[in-house]
Amino acid sequence: MAGAGDIGLWTIPVAVLGGAVRVSTPFLFVSLGECITERSGRINLGLEGTLVMGAMAGYGISYLTGSPWLGVLAAGITGMGMGALHAGICGLPRVNDIAVGIGLMLFGVGLAFYLGKPLIEPTAPRLPSIDLGWWTDIPQLRAALRINALFLIGVALAPILLWALRTTRWGLIVRTAGESADAALAMGYSVNLIRLRATMFGGFLAGIGGSFLSLYYPGSWNEGLSSGQGITAVALVIFARWNPMLCLGASILFGGAAALGPALQSVGFSHGYHLFNAAPYILTLLIMIATCSPKRTLIGAPAELSITR
Amino acid sequence: MTFDTISRRRLLQGTAALGLGAALPIGGARAAATTIGFIYVGSRDDYGYNQAHAAGAAALKKMAGIKVVEEEKVPETDAVEKTMESMINLDGATLLFPTSFGYYNPHVLKMAAKYPKLRFEHCGGLWTDKDPKNAGSYFGYIDEAQHVAGVIAGHMTKSGKLGFVAAKPIPQVLRNINAWTLGAKLANPKVTTQVIFTGDWSMPVKEAEATNSLIDQGVDVITCHVDGPKTVVENAARRGAMVTGYHVNQAVLAPKAYLTGAEWNWEVLYPRFVKMFTAGETIPNFYRGGLKEEIVKVSPYGAAVPEAARKQADGVKAKLTAGSYVIFKGPVTDNKGGIAIASGVSRGQTDPELEKMNYLVEGVVGATS
Repeated sequence: MAGAGDIGLWTIPVAVLGGAVRVSTPFLFVSLGECITERSGRINLGLEGTLVMGAMAGYGISYLTGSPWLGVLAAGITGMGMGALHAGICGLPRVNDIAVGIGLMLFGVGLAFYLGKPLIEPTAPRLPSIDLGWWTDIPQLRAALRINALFLIGVALAPILLWALRTTRWGLIVRTAGESADAALAMGYSVNLIRLRATMFGGFLAGIGGSFLSLYYPGSWNEGLSSGQGITAVALVIFARWNPMLCLGASILFGGAAALGPALQSVGFSHGYHLFNAAPYILTLLIMIATCSPKRTLIGAPAELSITR
Repeated sequence: MTFDTISRRRLLQGTAALGLGAALPIGGARAAATTIGFIYVGSRDDYGYNQAHAAGAAALKKMAGIKVVEEEKVPETDAVEKTMESMINLDGATLLFPTSFGYYNPHVLKMAAKYPKLRFEHCGGLWTDKDPKNAGSYFGYIDEAQHVAGVIAGHMTKSGKLGFVAAKPIPQVLRNINAWTLGAKLANPKVTTQVIFTGDWSMPVKEAEATNSLIDQGVDVITCHVDGPKTVVENAARRGAMVTGYHVNQAVLAPKAYLTGAEWNWEVLYPRFVKMFTAGETIPNFYRGGLKEEIVKVSPYGAAVPEAARKQADGVKAKLTAGSYVIFKGPVTDNKGGIAIASGVSRGQTDPELEKMNYLVEGVVGATS
């Protein structure tokens, strides 16, 4: 790159910042969606499959129509369909949502690989990025601040969802279904219908998260694309205590931690890179250990969740 | 004719005729065709390692009397044994190409011992005298092509900083990093190569992060040794950096940024093997080669590559093809200041010492552990 100045060790914070923005978006979308699903009293572990299906569908539609935004929409709708499938099966009597989730995870990944076979080679139009680094002439910082609109949408969505959960009637209904299905029934709501909508919403966001992977960063469809990010994001929801704003924080933290390993190696700090590559997971373990307590159940856990019941 | 009018006798006659009719052509086909099984660890169209082998398999499909069966995404576990068993027993494969490095020990060895009449050709160059005689392991000296690509990279860099995104610090990978860097130093003795190990063969997000980090450091020519270079090539091109490719030609992904690349040339080697096999000759158990044997090749130079660079790279390529050139020729210093290859020692391609490579040459920034 012409004119790239040497910024030495500053690469690390810049790369972590850039990585936080680039890598966090799929985590953010999946965890926000799953947050709503879990607040309604159901866990959808199938989001890994939804993410991969979204990535495949988004890439395919973008390639066929030439419009990446149509791809994002298609990814969302695909995710919504996967969510409806999960909720529909879980709505049947005596069905375990975790088992269905694992089934749908395998199904989604398998189906996406099957349908996505002809999409590995072609190059689809990508989502544009917004240049928020116009004020700086440091090329590295500019590159880090070249941000995708989806990230901004995700960032805006977090407080909106928090507000909606806390203060709106719709949020109250979702929370009621999550805290006590009996109470929701007594109020005259169909618990299954609420959870169906919440799971479809979660699937919609997870699908969009997938389209970010294939249409923006890393920016092409291949079979190793997700490598477990959907599952990590589901775990992030527990980590974030079912709070959308904390989901945002946790996603950014994970994104930044994922960028740490490559960034350290790029400045020549190359010993023990496996350890730095494991940084996000070590971080999770540490925070989980620091915040757990044998005396009470997880703070903020919806009472109807099958892991807390 | 309605169903109930078929008499039992007629039905039996019909079934027998069908059975005969079906049996004959299959039996005939078995006798005439040689079935060859290809097993890939990843996707066949990954713009990388597996696509290179699939191109070789495609070349076999054009040969008369050859039937190719393929299976993708077979992990390096017991699964590959099951795949081989099914290709042998259900498809009648008599020659198998388990193409991934990790298939060899113990899976290929086990199958070769179990089916002594069949032939197993593994890619990786792992065969030793103790292994079954019906197994073989071939490999190409792709570091020769990397060396030529390095010359181009050394010419093209403006910052003097090159980048290498690598999966794991194993000898084959280190050899590529070193050969590429030594090539670049021929063009510009001052260049450095910054290496980043991602930890595994296919980690798209990490590869993209590594590419971005390198470019942030001022690196302007990047190459890689991962299974699917698509991510690295596309992300580097997006940031305005140049690339040299690996495994197959990735020029279509980044027409302007793609300078050249080190490619496998399995579409030449595999028909050669199959001709030996069908003629009843024995394929050598241990088969190696580089540019001279046409097992590897160099991608056509991109439009951005100037005449001087082409000339120097072509010169090196011609000498390598003639076999009169040694890449790892002493004195070579490693990047810790130690002596990797002593003065006067010349390690030609067949030197087993090169297979144990555990150092990075001077000019490479990075560590093997």
